Amino acid sequence: MVITAGTSVEVRLPSRLGFEKVAMGTAASVAQLMGFPPDRIEDLKTAVAEACINAIEHGNRLNEKLSVGVILSATAHALEVKVVDNGTGMEKQPPKPDIDRKIHGEEDPRGMGMFLIQALVDEAEWVRDSKGKGSYVRLVIRLDKENQ
Amino acid sequence: MQSETKTTVDRTSGSNGASIAVLRFSGDISSTSKDSVLGAWQSVSGNSPVLLDFSKVDYINSSGIALIIQILMEADKTGRKVAAFGLTPHFQKVFTMVGIAKYAGLYKDEPTATASL
Repeated sequence: MVITAGTSVEVRLPSRLGFEKVAMGTAASVAQLMGFPPDRIEDLKTAVAEACINAIEHGNRLNEKLSVGVILSATAHALEVKVVDNGTGMEKQPPKPDIDRKIHGEEDPRGMGMFLIQALVDEAEWVRDSKGKGSYVRLVIRLDKENQ
Repeated sequence: MQSETKTTVDRTSGSNGASIAVLRFSGDISSTSKDSVLGAWQSVSGNSPVLLDFSKVDYINSSGIALIIQILMEADKTGRKVAAFGLTPHFQKVFTMVGIAKYAGLYKDEPTATASL
């Protein structure tokens, strides 16, 4: 099977930590069928997992009555992933983590998720919905990154 | 859904015969791993160098990375040397991106990591 442009795959996850691995596996399968190399698939898996964890923990606040939507859309040259939750989104981006400050107790050792997402994919965009019905993060990973 | 973290504590000797503690992780390292990871660290009190073995770890997320940073915070306070081995190329890249490589040497295998301490 080969995935062509226009193909879309959607997964709905319960807001329970651990289920991000279902989204990771689905994203990896789609990326593999699109022809992404193994190292880019690993990047995508980590970025999708972190986006889902943020949606489960911060967007839906671990409320298992709410689900996290993961929509994977193939285009000719890229895979777009939207991770949708019921939160209101972030007012501002957190500062870039600083390992020296973390080691010396001046910064929370957590808080690496958004940094990793931005570092591992080609585009990352956080979109707010102040009504709490559809904030999402949109990730794009390109097939021909080396030629950009 | 998440694979339970198991941590075993081992001992080995460095090239000079000094004792080295080895924390061998398996499964996932995530938010549910705190007791396993930090509990193992607390059991190797003292000043001996420490090896972190990731060769049987399937998945590490940002919460798991935070636990490794907590180990490095404690090690830094007492001047303990820490080295890690067995990470996949992807997680070697991730550990380098977040700065962990500045505080723990990352090595391909146990003999190389042991020799670095």
